[in-house]
Amino acid sequence: MTKYWINGDTAIEMNDAEDVNTVHFTVDDKDVLVSAGQTIYESLRHMDGIGNIPALCYNPAVRPYGACRLCTVEVSEDQGKSFKFVASCLYPAMNGQIIKTNTEKIRKLRKGIIEFLLARCPDVKVVQDLAKEYGVEKPRFALGENECILCGLCVRICQENMGKSAISLVNRGIYKEVAAPFYAYELGSECIGCGDCAYVCPTGAITMGPDGKPILPRVKIPHAEAEAMMSQEKLSS
Amino acid sequence: MVEQVRKLLDRKLKNVQELEQFRQTILKDKDASRMTVSVCGGTGCRASGAEDVVDAFSEEIEKQELQVKIEFKETGCHGFCERGPVVVIGPKKIFYQHVKPEDVPEIISETILNGRVIPRLLYNDPATGKEITYESDVPFYARQTRLILGSNGEIDPEEISQYIAAGGYSALTKALTKMNPDKIINEITKSGLRGRGGGGFPTGRKWQSCRTAEGDIKYVICNADEGDPGAYPDRSILEGNPHSVIEGMIIGAYAIGAHQGFIYVRNEYPLAVERTRIAIDQAVDYGLLGENILGSGFDFRITINKGGGAFVCGESSALIASLEGKVGEPKAKYTHMSEKGLWDKPSLLNNVKTWANVPLIINKGADWYSKIGTAGSKGTMIFSLVGKINNSGLVEVPMGITLREMIYDIGGGIPGGKKFKAVQTGGPSGGCIPEQLLDTPVDFDELTKLGSMMGSGGMIIMDEDTCMVDVARYFIDFLKGESCGKCTPCREGLTTLSEILNRITHGEGKMEDLQTMEDIGEILNIGALCALGRTATNPVLSTLKYFKDEYIAHIKDKKCPAGVCRELIEYEINTDKCTGCGVCARACSTSAITGEKREPHVINKGLCIKCGACFDVCKFDAVVKH
Repeated sequence: MTKYWINGDTAIEMNDAEDVNTVHFTVDDKDVLVSAGQTIYESLRHMDGIGNIPALCYNPAVRPYGACRLCTVEVSEDQGKSFKFVASCLYPAMNGQIIKTNTEKIRKLRKGIIEFLLARCPDVKVVQDLAKEYGVEKPRFALGENECILCGLCVRICQENMGKSAISLVNRGIYKEVAAPFYAYELGSECIGCGDCAYVCPTGAITMGPDGKPILPRVKIPHAEAEAMMSQEKLSS
Repeated sequence: MVEQVRKLLDRKLKNVQELEQFRQTILKDKDASRMTVSVCGGTGCRASGAEDVVDAFSEEIEKQELQVKIEFKETGCHGFCERGPVVVIGPKKIFYQHVKPEDVPEIISETILNGRVIPRLLYNDPATGKEITYESDVPFYARQTRLILGSNGEIDPEEISQYIAAGGYSALTKALTKMNPDKIINEITKSGLRGRGGGGFPTGRKWQSCRTAEGDIKYVICNADEGDPGAYPDRSILEGNPHSVIEGMIIGAYAIGAHQGFIYVRNEYPLAVERTRIAIDQAVDYGLLGENILGSGFDFRITINKGGGAFVCGESSALIASLEGKVGEPKAKYTHMSEKGLWDKPSLLNNVKTWANVPLIINKGADWYSKIGTAGSKGTMIFSLVGKINNSGLVEVPMGITLREMIYDIGGGIPGGKKFKAVQTGGPSGGCIPEQLLDTPVDFDELTKLGSMMGSGGMIIMDEDTCMVDVARYFIDFLKGESCGKCTPCREGLTTLSEILNRITHGEGKMEDLQTMEDIGEILNIGALCALGRTATNPVLSTLKYFKDEYIAHIKDKKCPAGVCRELIEYEINTDKCTGCGVCARACSTSAITGEKREPHVINKGLCIKCGACFDVCKFDAVVKH
């Protein structure tokens, strides 16, 4: 008989059933049993109080993407001899894994990511809440004024669920942003105005406009970056 | 008649014996008394005017009707790019450097027709001051082990018969007739070959898992998306010996059971693309690619795919995405590419250098190969020595050679009597290694231990005039621009790092910044999605580790010890030394320098933009930087 936790307060005792399609692993020293074929994050999502994993770019409606990196956990597949850092939204849950969701290193990593996000989007409530939870007060870096965290949920839902691909992520690095085909900010006929993008947006960066089509967030280049670009132009001219 | 023409045009080699016969015919027809002239036609020498030299030779040979006497060829990169255009005259391999089209008639009349060496064109060894006649005596070549680059200077890459004459495709014959897939993979595993793209993953293990992976359709991919600033071994192999890569790929495909291959090559390498295309076409003509290769019943085709100019597409999962026609962004590699790669099919992706090693191992055997190198890293590695070094170019050395040997014995040391400061290995996300660690043997594991990496083989040498903070800033700026922007740590972290480093080089740094940068380094190290992000902070972390005093000088004293960071330096004219020649005043683009003729000049600091033009032009060392 093994004691399996079904949420943070309750455990049930049962025999190990080998032929049942389940996966058995430990999360923060608690044995859990979940159905096979899920990622670590998916399998723990409904188990209140087991594990503590934040995520911003996850949504059960679309395939995992692994962009925000907040859901990073430590996993050992050799009975605890060595641990590696993986994004739990992408990493498959497997028998015998030992998973740690809230170690000091992970908290430090999440704090760092939240600090980045807070500097990028200081006025976004989900980020502010996370910052409060992880004790991030004021970012050490220059503040931006974005609302979009580039989680890509809007783009993925439009492509995977609606089959429209009316928006996509364009450009790269700090200039990456959501845009319509041919780098347009106004949506054309390819958008059917379903509003899914605005609905899944975790930060509220996308709103629906009066014409029934979403208004896309515009990337705001940080001040220092813009200054550097200006000075480069000055030098070359 | 029609049948005869068809037979003449059909050059397909139907079986292994026909390939051997063909090889023997070429070798028999070869006239040993002919002199060979090979002009380096790699991009490096072309940049110094090799194409004109080639034209001059062709013209002169035609004019004097020497086609019978001279075998003339334009080859791939010889490696000694510093001395380009390079001309080597066989059979004794007389080495001429910096050859100009004007020299060509003299080379033909003196050296080729009369056997007299032209001293003016010889390499002069700076160490001894002596002229060196033969290629093998040049110290740059003498200390190398040129297993892969060796034939670059021998064969015309646009002519398959020359590759075949040099023993080409004999490894393929051996693999198809004397070995089975398991035996091939076993040989590769035993050789200890590790991925030359930078990761250093054991190649045999990769092949094995791709062979055992389930699926009828499998792919073989060659990663030639070499985007590191200052590194070009892959380009030189594709330009100089594309058939070695193709042969390696056919063997790999046969071993894992793939029938389609892709070469993903940078579009910015037009010559490499062109020569690879010619090589593939010729291999198809000769029945070495396509259906029923050499009568073995094995089919394999190769398609070239040109990259769109993104550095991140050198990362395997981003490369696959790009090949599929999607945005070139990396994916998490929790399922190996050898199980689920291109279009979710098992895919075998290796670097150009790795593929080029394969025919060598099959031909000479794993036992021979594993004798070269160190315990953990076997074989040779090709580095591009660039930066502040006398002999810049491509060098191929056995693993385990020390950095000092590479820089001083092969590279010929630092020019201008300057002091060595650091060497940056492995491309933009490699670390800077200081003087005191120069005796470290170079292999995958040792470089990683030092906080750097093997990467694609870039090796940038820096002297005392290099500011390490500025170097870190340069590489972080490069990586920031090339970060795909998918994951938060890489996108935001590199932007923040760049902001901090730019502040420090402008003299506005704070001591807390050092800790912030170390924190960011740690976050990227464990949090970033792909290898680009995870290694991106190496330039900062390694310079912070080995050159912390320079950061402190920038922050606390507002001084740039190397005199590079513009905001922290000032130019002044030493009135005792200034002769009033006025050269500096003419060089100054902002008219900041004034003074009467033959009287000491002065710099108006308000107008000076610190470009350093006056410093460079002054012949009397009267302009001082501090």
